Amino acid sequence: MATITREKFDNIIEIKNVTKVFDGITAVDNVNLAVRRGEFVTLLGPSGCGKTTLLRMIAGFEMPTSGSIFLEKQDVTTVPPHLRPINTVFQKYALFPHLNVFKNIAFGLKLKRIPTGELDKKGRPIYRKFTKDEIAEKVERVLKLVNLEAYGHRGITGLSGGQQQRVAIARAIVCEPKVLLLDEPLGALDLKMRKEMQSELAAMHKNIGITFIYVTHDQEEALTMSDKVVVMTDGAVQQYGTPKKIYDEPANAFVADFIGESNILSGVMKKDFLVEFCGTEFKCMDKGFGKDEKVDLVVRPEDIAINAKSGALKGEVVSTVFKGTYYEMEIMTGDYQFTVQNTVEFTPGQTVWLSVEPDGIHIMKKLKTVNEYVGEIISENTVRLCGGDFEFMPGETVYERGDEVKVKIPFDKIELTDDETDGVIGANVTQTLYKGSYYQVQVYTDDDNDFFIDTVDEWDIGDRVGIRIDPKDLTVEKTANEGGAVADTVADTEVWDGE
Amino acid sequence: MSKNVKNGLIWAFVGVMLAFMYIPIIILIVFSFTDAKALGVWEGFSFELYRDLFTNASILGAFKNSMILALVSALLATALGTTAAIGIFHMRKWKKSAANFVANITMENAEIVTGVTFMMFFLALRLPYGWVTLIIAHTMITTPYVILSVTPKLSQLNPNLYEAGLDLGASPMRSMFTVIIPQLIPGMISGFVMAFALSLDDFIVSKFVNGSVETIPVYLYNALAKRGADPTLRALSSLLFVVILAILVALNVVSAKRRKKT
Amino acid sequence: MENNVVQPQAESVVTVKNRRIRGIKRSAFSLPYLALSIIFVVVPLFIMVYYAFTDGFEGGMTGANFAHFFSRPNILAVLGKSLLVALLTTVICFLLAYPVALALSSPMLNKKFVLVMLFVLPMWINSLLRTYAVKIVLYLLNISNAWVSVTVGMVYDFFPFMLLPLYSVVSGMDKSLIEASQDLGASPIKTLFKVRLPLSMPGIVSGALMVFMPTVSTFAISDVLGDTSTYMFGNIINQWFANSGGWNIGSAYSFLLLILIAVTVFVANKITGGHTEVGGVL
Repeated sequence: MATITREKFDNIIEIKNVTKVFDGITAVDNVNLAVRRGEFVTLLGPSGCGKTTLLRMIAGFEMPTSGSIFLEKQDVTTVPPHLRPINTVFQKYALFPHLNVFKNIAFGLKLKRIPTGELDKKGRPIYRKFTKDEIAEKVERVLKLVNLEAYGHRGITGLSGGQQQRVAIARAIVCEPKVLLLDEPLGALDLKMRKEMQSELAAMHKNIGITFIYVTHDQEEALTMSDKVVVMTDGAVQQYGTPKKIYDEPANAFVADFIGESNILSGVMKKDFLVEFCGTEFKCMDKGFGKDEKVDLVVRPEDIAINAKSGALKGEVVSTVFKGTYYEMEIMTGDYQFTVQNTVEFTPGQTVWLSVEPDGIHIMKKLKTVNEYVGEIISENTVRLCGGDFEFMPGETVYERGDEVKVKIPFDKIELTDDETDGVIGANVTQTLYKGSYYQVQVYTDDDNDFFIDTVDEWDIGDRVGIRIDPKDLTVEKTANEGGAVADTVADTEVWDGE
Repeated sequence: MSKNVKNGLIWAFVGVMLAFMYIPIIILIVFSFTDAKALGVWEGFSFELYRDLFTNASILGAFKNSMILALVSALLATALGTTAAIGIFHMRKWKKSAANFVANITMENAEIVTGVTFMMFFLALRLPYGWVTLIIAHTMITTPYVILSVTPKLSQLNPNLYEAGLDLGASPMRSMFTVIIPQLIPGMISGFVMAFALSLDDFIVSKFVNGSVETIPVYLYNALAKRGADPTLRALSSLLFVVILAILVALNVVSAKRRKKT
Repeated sequence: MENNVVQPQAESVVTVKNRRIRGIKRSAFSLPYLALSIIFVVVPLFIMVYYAFTDGFEGGMTGANFAHFFSRPNILAVLGKSLLVALLTTVICFLLAYPVALALSSPMLNKKFVLVMLFVLPMWINSLLRTYAVKIVLYLLNISNAWVSVTVGMVYDFFPFMLLPLYSVVSGMDKSLIEASQDLGASPIKTLFKVRLPLSMPGIVSGALMVFMPTVSTFAISDVLGDTSTYMFGNIINQWFANSGGWNIGSAYSFLLLILIAVTVFVANKITGGHTEVGGVL
């Protein structure tokens, strides 16, 4: 992820090769990230993607298993949380129930030591505490900022969720931290309150100029509030960029699927600026792909023009739902069902035409379409891989029993069976992603290998399946370094990495 | 301070405290295997004290009395406590506070005060001290603990459960006994166990109302405080320690396993 | 809820709203116990009060039994010493138990169910047995000072009763509050004093009650480990009731103990707002 580290001079936080493993489970996997001073950066991802763990490592509550964290060029990886000039707004506020609003906010101020500007005999700066008046003044000021002026003497338990939220924010920002961390701070609020707090937080960020690092699983929240968004899944950063860039140019199918509504399809690059999908060629704005290279592509529902008379793709309206300011329609065209948003309504059953402008199509590289494994020859037409014996069509090369070979199986040539005993090996479905006309399914075999399968059938995560491969679809090749040890699995999670 | 040093200190401290708690018990058990008359003197290994223990008629009698008393009073307390818990749970406002206040009296009062009030009351009733007074006293002091263990189960009940029973055609009494009571059984069992244990443990209240009926704790108190240390006590104490600890460990392991399953 | 359920049998109409069972309120289930409680617990308390205010020989109303108490410096001294020993025991138990509670809830020992169990189990062993065990250890250590013996015995006996509520409140504490404190700049020590201890208050009060009150009123520990110089308030009451002539004075003393307990519980409830922490034992 070399693209992430930018101009180094004004990075307030730098995270370098940070990995965190809990009881053998990797929560954060080799993350690199740089946050510039004053930015509002959001860590976005589904629950369990590692975003909160990353935030807790920045705060100092967790120590990375490996890698380092820098704050203003200082390595703070092992600095305990109370010595970091970083404050946190916790998920459920974590207000002290034994203190009133004023004392909660004053908690950090009372502990703070500030330089007096004078030096002692040995030339070390002399520190002092804030005076009572200074504390009272600062607390009053911050209470005003969060619109809770008259609440200082109130207890915590009597406050509403929104008010507790404000106190939590006030308590953190009154310490004037270099970085403010916010861990899903709006998660416990109802929708209306959440919207209000979103705009207040954004305004507060502008006013006080502190760097915000914000964690959320709500993509809309992330896109509307932040300067930069970090999309994470499985402990790794998928994409880092401005909300607009992430929305318009998702780095890969995962980001596209997670951010907003989208039509994700599989297509073929005919040449530069020309892509074919749904049997039709479209002009696009991407180049640099190989001729006839298979690609993933994203078309946002609002970028599809719909029209009753003419267009590139003919389809039939399946359903129409009014969404307040626009209609969301499902349009079936041959083999792909598009989601289309338009202010004009078309009724179900109606025949329509769809077209897309070149800047409405975003092309993403498909890293792999073929599973690669290392297998061992068992007989002239049998190879053992991933714990099962598969048949293959013997070709010109003759292999000896025990030979180590490279085996390739295209994603779309693997058959999944309902009954695992119908397959050669058993596996569990770990992920599925709809790619337009088909699903890309990831399964995890009993001997810890991943298989990727393109299939028209829908599988659910956790399904137990059997894997079957037609002998003619299995390509066996000699390994490059004969007899040498080769990593046994080549196809891996990089399949969704873009750029 | 490095994490390892800190963890080491925590372990050391916990270890010292465990030693503080268990070393006296272990020493007692060790000295139960020597038949020296005097305390803390080792005169060679022997089972003599245990042999004495099992031939001592008054100890065996006290043991039988303790078990009967604990069983009878715990059963009575479970019945009384369960019905009381249901009743108090459905009370409102001042009635509920008043009922809870009454139920709390024996739990918060000093045992010696409870003991002497029972003693004076039974005298006023002309009720001779003995089995009847012991059973009444033990039932009254253990029932509040049954209420304490049943009430949480009541508040966990779905409030519509009873109505659902009625809705499906069960009569009110039937609904109570086939729908509500079965849900309370775990609470009733732990209440019973607690009542049983408390009854077995008590000697303060017992000693004021027992008359001529001697229970194990009363026997122990009389032996320790009055008769002076009889060496057989070492064997009796050791045996009780081991048996009680074994029962408690077994109970805890079973309930921990059950907790893991759910 | 207005859904009055009509039974198939026409004679039994149940009004759910009134929580009646065949005309009996569900709250009536508590009547047997409450009636017995009034007879066997409340009435005897009044008998004790009656005894406390009457003259044992002539039967007339008198305040002499209380005057007896307040006019004897040696008995006041016993009460004072009882309170002092109880306080000392409570403080020592707290100082020993709080670090144990912290250690048992620390991330390293967390989920070590067996350890927690080991600490709490002795609670269920008869205190006479434990006192006897202490007696042997004190003998082996050659400690013969009666006051030291009695205090050690009390600390040993009541330690688990302090530990249990402390452990239950410390282990149940919201971890994010501790993190919030450190996040705001408090060192682990500052966090202990400014956040953990104040938040442990309900457990501390419960533990203190569970140790302080039995130590004031106990007589067995002093009987087994001490001598007549270590008489606690409980021993004095026990003595007065040992002969039938002393019941009136004994009742007066018991009445005073009862008031002491009531005041202590009241103050404790005021401190914690009625939220004391006892936690499950088994």
